[in-house]
Amino acid sequence: MVGPLLELIDISKIYPGVVALDHVSFAISPGEVIGLVGENGAGKSTLMKVMGGVTEPSGGTIRIDGIERQALSVTEAIRAGIAFVHQELNLFDNLDAASNVFIGREPLYGGALRLIDRKRLRAAVQPLLDRLGVDFAPDTPVAELSLAQRQLLEIVKALSLDARLVIMDEPTSSLTLAETDRLMSVIAGLKGNGVSVIFITHRLNEVRRCADRVVVLRDGRVVGALDRGEITHDAMIRLMIGRELKALYLPPTRIPGRERLEIIGLRTGTYPAQAVDLAVRSGEILGLAGLVGSGRTELARAVFGIDRTLGGSLRLDGEPITISSPRDAIAKGIYLVPEDRKRDGLLLDMSVASNISLPDLLTHSRIRLVDTASEAANAQRQKERLNIRAPAVSTAVASLSGGNQQKVVLAKWLAMRPRVLIFDEPTRGIDVGAKNEIYRLLRHLADSGVAILMISSDMEEVIGISDRIVVMHEGRLSGFLERDQFSEQNVLKLAVGHA
Amino acid sequence: MHKKDLGLLILIIVVGAAVALINPRFLLPANLSNTANQVGLFGLFAIGEAFVIITGGIELSVGSMIALLGTIFIDLIVNHDVHWVAAVVIIVAGGCVLGSVHGLLITKMRLQPFVVTLCGLLIYRGIARYYTQDATAGFGFGESFPTLEWLTTGRLLGIIPNSMIALLVIAVAMGILLHRSVYGRYLFAVGKNEEAARYSGIPTARIVTSAYVICGGLAAIAAIYIAMYTRSISPAVHGSFYELYAIAAAVLGGCSLRGGEGSIVGVLLGVVLLQVLQNLVNLLGIPSSLNFAVMGAVILIGVIADQQIVLYRQRAATARGRLHAAATSSQEAVEKPRLK
Repeated sequence: MVGPLLELIDISKIYPGVVALDHVSFAISPGEVIGLVGENGAGKSTLMKVMGGVTEPSGGTIRIDGIERQALSVTEAIRAGIAFVHQELNLFDNLDAASNVFIGREPLYGGALRLIDRKRLRAAVQPLLDRLGVDFAPDTPVAELSLAQRQLLEIVKALSLDARLVIMDEPTSSLTLAETDRLMSVIAGLKGNGVSVIFITHRLNEVRRCADRVVVLRDGRVVGALDRGEITHDAMIRLMIGRELKALYLPPTRIPGRERLEIIGLRTGTYPAQAVDLAVRSGEILGLAGLVGSGRTELARAVFGIDRTLGGSLRLDGEPITISSPRDAIAKGIYLVPEDRKRDGLLLDMSVASNISLPDLLTHSRIRLVDTASEAANAQRQKERLNIRAPAVSTAVASLSGGNQQKVVLAKWLAMRPRVLIFDEPTRGIDVGAKNEIYRLLRHLADSGVAILMISSDMEEVIGISDRIVVMHEGRLSGFLERDQFSEQNVLKLAVGHA
Repeated sequence: MHKKDLGLLILIIVVGAAVALINPRFLLPANLSNTANQVGLFGLFAIGEAFVIITGGIELSVGSMIALLGTIFIDLIVNHDVHWVAAVVIIVAGGCVLGSVHGLLITKMRLQPFVVTLCGLLIYRGIARYYTQDATAGFGFGESFPTLEWLTTGRLLGIIPNSMIALLVIAVAMGILLHRSVYGRYLFAVGKNEEAARYSGIPTARIVTSAYVICGGLAAIAAIYIAMYTRSISPAVHGSFYELYAIAAAVLGGCSLRGGEGSIVGVLLGVVLLQVLQNLVNLLGIPSSLNFAVMGAVILIGVIADQQIVLYRQRAATARGRLHAAATSSQEAVEKPRLK
């Protein structure tokens, strides 16, 4: 019996105020495939960083081949044969496949001229491609490769580093079924060659297919490990959830009214074949759940006029409307709080006041000149109403915390007359206190008759705050849940496409 | 006035004082008046350039536009007997049309500003040369347009150049537009973060295009003033490199080439500094062939010094904000459980 390749013993990682990893222990043997599952924020990425030497653990021991490593550095991890296949592929799409594999380690000739020996480069890559049964030539430009081929190329890159352990972060999130099958056989091949694989995913079917063992993380702890025979959907989901919902949510005080916004047969560029029909009622919070990449954000962007739609129509309070730009949407009282507030929601270097007034600047102007007094007074009102913690409304938004920045984005719209508010991940990356304030605000808005569509990947949040939940899977609505059907299990099932 | 503008003003005074000490002729009314005239001419189109730079774009065809529009202007009033008022209207409209073409190519066809306006630089210069068959366009002997000449090259009280007064009038108007109006706010917003501006319902394409229109219009006004000042135009060289003066003035004046930053006062001070430097080369007996080298060196030193000051401030700010930052980043690293 060979000893384990990598052992983690009591690994903890404590960030100021938060425990990201709490005495995590597990080991992987040569040729073993481990599925690592857990919800977002369960500590998977921190654990990955610890194994890659990117993050130094606050406590615990790492053993590689039985030898204890106090502080594992990135170079040591690479030398020990630990390689990563990241979710966001780190490839240069302006170079060819072979050059990507040997980037920074190109075979050279010509002495001081340091010219790249393209022949040797290709010759070195070819056997690796063959080993994985890859169907493209070493000189194919990466730009021409499909996502699956790029994923394989990342694995080739890992193999070229003599990897003994390949850690894959959500490798199948953008693959088709056939491509996933291919990856599964590649993993089996790696296993056959004695290479170990850690497979991080939220697709439980795949874990079941390829893993020898499943390790489940929750809130920074290993809450369970399942051996091959024990791996079932239900067992994994039970371990992943296994916690009480906290009561920070306000119940609705009114019965939802008539359909405010109706989306009829809407098709987006991401899922051109899927037509979405959805109605949000006045006074309700409709939660839109689903996996990342299921087309929720695209739907929101299409309704708000950011992206062109491929077909379909909209109705507001029964009246047909056309929206071809955010300007049109805003004029109709349909507002969007975007997913990436820094990129799409805020002008970071500008003041709180100018951010808040931006969509409604004409109201705060006289003869088209900005009325700074009116602007500041409005911002002050919103600052107090939303409890935005900023020294003054003239403070630059960049210096505020995530939660307060999000409140500024909200304040933009609340200062106007919202009829439909679309929230895309309203509480991403913000602290619990601010979260609760935002939840309370969402409820107040709904109670005042606004129709709210809330996209969220946070299960607790979706279940806690929604009046109804609709789940999206690969561009189509896979199901509706009424309050009495709410459970993480039900949402998860619909999200992974189980009807 | 911003700190940056104040720094620039101090630099101008220091350079001016140094030149005055070495060569007191710098302070002669005639010299100051001439320099002011130059400031007026260059300032007109530098303000336009600043509008474009604030959107995050660049306009490289200013010099060629000045050659082409100036040539046509002279041709219209000298050879075609067009009344000068009509000619002014035609030329300014022409500048706006060229600007709007640039703007539309950039916003609707998604071409890069650098490429579009570089093509403009080549095309307008070529047309200007073809139009006059590479001959010099100018006023014939004895032809005069007293009102036009007074407005463009005249001097109020015999000393203050009217070009300078025109610049001040336009600068005040543009300053209000840029710093006080809704439009100006949109312009900065688009330059800072075009996506966020779009998500806030700002018609970003229209705003960006309008900046090129303003730039073209101001270049046209400058073209008229410069044509009246030089009184003859050799289309092969007239106005060449002027776009670079304009960009240099805007950058010296605090415009960031990344967009979203800049002020009219800053641009004006940038223009003044460039002209004082030009004057310095002339008055200190530095070979005029070194003209560009001196300007380039001073701008480079200025930009490096500015960058160092910014870095120093940031480091000080980071040291102060480190505790706060650490707390925030840890919050972002550990989000609450989610179904991914």
